[in-house]
Amino acid sequence: MNVMKSNLFKRQDLINYGLLALLLLVVLPLTLDIFRLNLVGKYLSYAFAAIGLVLCWGYGGILSLGQGIFFGIGGYAMAMFLKLEASSPEATAIQSTPGIPDFMDWNQLTALPWFWEPFNSLGFTVLAILFVAPLFAFVVATAMFKRRVGGVYFAIITQAIAAILTILIIGQQGYTGGVNGITDLRTLMGWDIRSDSAKYVLYFFGVAMLFLCLLMAHLVLKSKLGRLLVAIRDREDRVRFSGYDVSNFKIFVFCFAAMLSAIGGAMFTLQVGFMSPTLVGIVPSIEMVIFCALGGRLSIIGAVYGALLVNAAKTTMSEAFPELWLFAMGALFIGVVLAFPNGLAGLYTLLVDKFKQRRAHSSAPANRTSAPAAEKEQVDSSSGVTAPSQS
Amino acid sequence: MSLSHNNPQDFVLAVEGLTVSFDGFKAVNDLSFYVDEGEIRVIIGPNGAGKTTVLDLICGRTKATEGSIKFRNQELTKMKEHQIVHAGVGRKFQNPSIYEDLTVFENLELSFPRGHSVFGALTFRRNAEVIDKVTEIAEMIFLSDLLHQRADLLSHGQKQWLEIGMLLIQDPALLMLDEPVAGMSVAERKKTAELLNRITQDRSVLVIEHDMQFVEDIAHRVTVLHQGQLLSEGSLERVKSDPKVVEVYLGH
Ligand SMILES: Nc1ncnc2c1ncn2[C@@H]1O[C@H](COP(=O)(O)OP(=O)(O)OP(=O)(O)O)[C@@H](O)[C@H]1O
Ligand SMILES: [Mg+2]
Repeated sequence: MNVMKSNLFKRQDLINYGLLALLLLVVLPLTLDIFRLNLVGKYLSYAFAAIGLVLCWGYGGILSLGQGIFFGIGGYAMAMFLKLEASSPEATAIQSTPGIPDFMDWNQLTALPWFWEPFNSLGFTVLAILFVAPLFAFVVATAMFKRRVGGVYFAIITQAIAAILTILIIGQQGYTGGVNGITDLRTLMGWDIRSDSAKYVLYFFGVAMLFLCLLMAHLVLKSKLGRLLVAIRDREDRVRFSGYDVSNFKIFVFCFAAMLSAIGGAMFTLQVGFMSPTLVGIVPSIEMVIFCALGGRLSIIGAVYGALLVNAAKTTMSEAFPELWLFAMGALFIGVVLAFPNGLAGLYTLLVDKFKQRRAHSSAPANRTSAPAAEKEQVDSSSGVTAPSQS
Repeated sequence: MSLSHNNPQDFVLAVEGLTVSFDGFKAVNDLSFYVDEGEIRVIIGPNGAGKTTVLDLICGRTKATEGSIKFRNQELTKMKEHQIVHAGVGRKFQNPSIYEDLTVFENLELSFPRGHSVFGALTFRRNAEVIDKVTEIAEMIFLSDLLHQRADLLSHGQKQWLEIGMLLIQDPALLMLDEPVAGMSVAERKKTAELLNRITQDRSVLVIEHDMQFVEDIAHRVTVLHQGQLLSEGSLERVKSDPKVVEVYLGH
């Protein structure tokens, strides 16, 4: 009976989360200087988006090539708040219009645009980070999934939106900071986020948020909705005839992934100190899919390792051979998808299973015959059972 | 057509003037038939006659071009697939259509009629009621020992049973089965006939089948389709001796 009780955390889950926590909270902070640790924090901000993709793409089968959109929404919301704080009339006294962000002044704006106003409030900013991206995702997903548009078409549409958004941001320099983005962010409620101590605090805060998001994603996947996503991925049509309105579940998971991505974007801005359109468009969106694929698209923990490893490789490689990096990443992606469809996590599970099997084998050799034979026995015995009469 | 003057409430299913056209090709053409409460109706007909399409139309998978489908006086042609399921119509597909990456237990659990909204699915609890029901159904469909087996490892016949189980757990008032014994061994066929006889007692059933022995075992009445149209209808005896039926279907 205990197999049927769906226990939320298996022993192996706990071990895996424990190992990740050990790495992020102990090993890396103890071995890396703050410059490198801050880089890790930046990589981890992409992991939020990759976790969202595990749910949306790995489980739900909805490939989004536009997670940069939501990363950008979260990142820009955070940056707008920080920029306003950095643009007090005293700090910007030399501008022709003091009290507005510098790039607005350069673009001859003389007043703060209306949609910037609410970002004076931290409370509003936090709400915007959490809910604007899912709201936008809801509109897109509803328009698509209610009309049963999916698959490749959906991927293309999300990519197109990412491209449009980048163009919009770059084009509206006076309102958005244009191609440079929103830079020169200094303090959060008077606290200097550029200091080493602040970077430590933000790193640990980022890791805490990451674990919170992992927990939420874990609970979603362990609920019936998680199994439903798998069913939708494999046989969307059939799920309707089990009595579900499939589009609602696709909309939900896409919005959830958008929220995770937006939280990542905000963590990026806080730790890196700027936000720019290069983090919104097609290339970062595709990179996020690669983090997810490499880590293993069925593993939320794998997504974190995927984001860490690919970005670490990117930093090292692009320092040494900048022009080779894109090719290397492309090759890596194709190689992984072909050789290990379940990514690093798949490889890890394989090793763990092997290890367990060997241990079980050596401790109780008589007990463990080969698994396929045992399965076969089960099949045979079941078809030999005569139906018990019910009436 | 004389039947249509009856009170429509007597029928669990009333199909009238049903037509569907795929780019001008009428796969179902002005079809009318009526199924009584508690009746087991078998639809037969040559390949491509439109049998599967009729089920597609009833369960909302295909939209009708013309005509009406009334299930206990509810018009189905305007409803979405999941609404038709909730109204009480369950359907088994011609090729076993199950969730291969999930276990037998999870396949049945997903079909359990509770927690069908997003919120409902997130908060769904695998309580004793669910476990008991799944266990009970698994026993009926001969899969008790394989509850935690991934469904893609089942044999073809077992997959067919699992899909029947997924329907049973929904407890539909109208059960529609598309060739439930196709591809089964003789032994499996016998077990399936036994299973169907047991599960069809308190509901109405619409079955498509080619296996005449099987039809004889279960049918109350038979509807013969040919080129999307009704060719003949009545008891199996009557239909079998209908010269039109002999010519297009039974003769070869
Ligand atoms: N979606 C569709 N688009 C175009 N043509 C279709 C579609 N669905 C079915 N048809 C055509 O309608 C006709 C009836 O098909 P249907 O599957 O209903 O036959 P059937 O009686 O179930 O046959 P079988 O015994 O082989 O299962 C066939 O000629 C088929 O090609
Ligand atoms: Mg058919």
